[in-house]
Amino acid sequence: MRVRCRKLQPFNKEAADDVIQKDHGLHPDDKYLKPGRIPHIWCPGCGLGVVLTTFIEAIRRKGLPVDKCAVVSGIGCTGRVAGYLDMDTYHTTHGRAIPFATGLALAKPDTSVTVFSGDGDLFAIGGNHLIHAARRNVNIKVICVNNFNFGMTGGQAAPTTPLEAKTSTTPTGNAEAPFNLPAVAHAAGAVYVARWTTFHPRQLVHSISQSLDKKGFTFIEAIAPCPTGFGRPNKLGSGLEEMRFYRENSEIRNGIDPGLAEIKLRGKIVVGTFSDVDRPDFLENYQNNVVSKVLSKGDKPGKGRAA
Amino acid sequence: MGKDVLTGEHFIHGDAACAEGGIAAGCRFFAGYPITPATEVAERMARRLPEVGGIYIQMEDEIASMAAILGSSWGGVKSMTATSGPGFSLMMENIGLGMMTETPCVVVNIQRGGPSTGLPTLVGQADVMQARWGSHGDYGCIALVPCSPQECFDLTVAAFNFSEIYRLPVFVLADEMIGHMSERVVIPRKADLVIVDRPQPKVGKDKYLPFESSSHMPAPMAVTGQGYHVHVTGLTHDERGYPVITDTVQERNVRHLVDKIRRNAEKIIRFETLGIEDATVVVVAYGCTARVARQAVENLRGKGYKVGLLRLITIWPFPSALIRSIAGRVKAFVVPEINYGQIAYEVERTAGGAAEVLLLALMGGSIHSPEEIEEGVAEFL
Repeated sequence: MRVRCRKLQPFNKEAADDVIQKDHGLHPDDKYLKPGRIPHIWCPGCGLGVVLTTFIEAIRRKGLPVDKCAVVSGIGCTGRVAGYLDMDTYHTTHGRAIPFATGLALAKPDTSVTVFSGDGDLFAIGGNHLIHAARRNVNIKVICVNNFNFGMTGGQAAPTTPLEAKTSTTPTGNAEAPFNLPAVAHAAGAVYVARWTTFHPRQLVHSISQSLDKKGFTFIEAIAPCPTGFGRPNKLGSGLEEMRFYRENSEIRNGIDPGLAEIKLRGKIVVGTFSDVDRPDFLENYQNNVVSKVLSKGDKPGKGRAA
Repeated sequence: MGKDVLTGEHFIHGDAACAEGGIAAGCRFFAGYPITPATEVAERMARRLPEVGGIYIQMEDEIASMAAILGSSWGGVKSMTATSGPGFSLMMENIGLGMMTETPCVVVNIQRGGPSTGLPTLVGQADVMQARWGSHGDYGCIALVPCSPQECFDLTVAAFNFSEIYRLPVFVLADEMIGHMSERVVIPRKADLVIVDRPQPKVGKDKYLPFESSSHMPAPMAVTGQGYHVHVTGLTHDERGYPVITDTVQERNVRHLVDKIRRNAEKIIRFETLGIEDATVVVVAYGCTARVARQAVENLRGKGYKVGLLRLITIWPFPSALIRSIAGRVKAFVVPEINYGQIAYEVERTAGGAAEVLLLALMGGSIHSPEEIEEGVAEFL
């Protein structure tokens, strides 16, 4: 068959770069942001900007060179974080940021690999990957922004939506109990588990900095307002009012069993660093239990063995 | 450190030969999940990769396996996975991501009978169309079909080379019969192997376009840690990698993914022929079926019949021009395959009515006998 296509409009780099705003570079954080990617897509009152800023601050504070950092994200509002950062960034498929990051972290052990994604991405479609990466203790840092719903698609129920909370798919109230994210991550084997809200940026910076120092699978939950998706049906008010709620209802309890940190609709939010332990990561175990044993057998490659 | 290229003669099965081909081609990362009849590829990799400084990881499922090899490829390491039908289905999502993000890697599919769980331990060839169209959206793809353990080695090496040249996941579409068949496999000397190393960007960060689409070739690939700060996304993206959700960018993006294969098809297509010059009937076959077809064609030629064999090695892109050129001078194509018609449709389509097409279909679990193929051909003699 013959094919007729529309005339292609060739890519014009000069014109595309022209769109890059002239004021890029005025803000001290701009050197961590890809030129031409701001303004971001997030709604007014969304907490994602706060969490992104705390990540940048942690990288700055640790003095980590951006060429030694990579960010992997899945799909959803939080999934868009990767695209704004001026480093090697990977915006993958829904739920698959962690296995993609697993491959990347094993291929580039000298690179700090952070997975930035949402509660729906990491705990619904990606839940299995999360628990297995924690079990293996792959050296990746997970920052999970929890806004209690699927925001990008317009506010549907997620595995974090509290019982009785309203969303566009639970119009009379959610009939399911939610996951307690730090408890899941802890039970699966994460070596560092913390939860903060966007009302706690200093603590978030501190926790992210601590996690960047850890070798292994770390998990930080950042609770964030979603006035458009979750706030409206549950009458939580604006992003600012939600921040006020966090201030009045957060309870810092470092070191407690994360199993005791369940979240109920309009209830207390237990925050803090819940666990910080050390155990060998995947690569250390692989080196000790596989590579060194294989190599100590001497130079006897598979030749001649039964296939 | 162990040897990466096991130069010499071996008596190994096709699955093991795929693993050795991968290692010889430079694969140093394998992520997989056990599945019959591809498990032996993973087992071989689990034993061999640590010998050569590579990593084997058993993931929680095939979705994760595919995602992990994309991640390691962006970490600068040649990567592969191996699976069979049900796992191939699960991989489709991230095969699409690999196509969209132009990520080199190799996926071996040792086909078994389907659909669903089907015949886990028995042969099938019904994933041909899934390999071509399995992930949503439009993209070009390359699938190579070995017909012997030797070719499992050779074509896995070729698959890695194509994946680096054209920047995409490349399929080695073997079948259970070939995967579990043990035969003599000759692994050449390392110096005699043609291995394509990943092309590197030659310009600085300000000029580099990681998803350049103006030629029908992909841009060299900057991986993690090289300072290019590439954004890699499954969203429709411009040449910088920035997501742009418009019809004009979609037009460039998708046509690039298709055209880099379509416009280079001649360089990718491999096939083998036997007696097609004087043939009035041509048998078109691939994989294990091609071995039986060869026997049938030889038997018939021995009796003086003008019958030819076209063995497809590259199945995607499909050798349409070749079929068209033969169609005008033969009476019929006979297509034995272990499915209810997949490549036969392509043959019929490209023959365009110039020659008859007879599908010799088997649903899976066994191969054709030479006699079955001879009987099919006899209809036109």
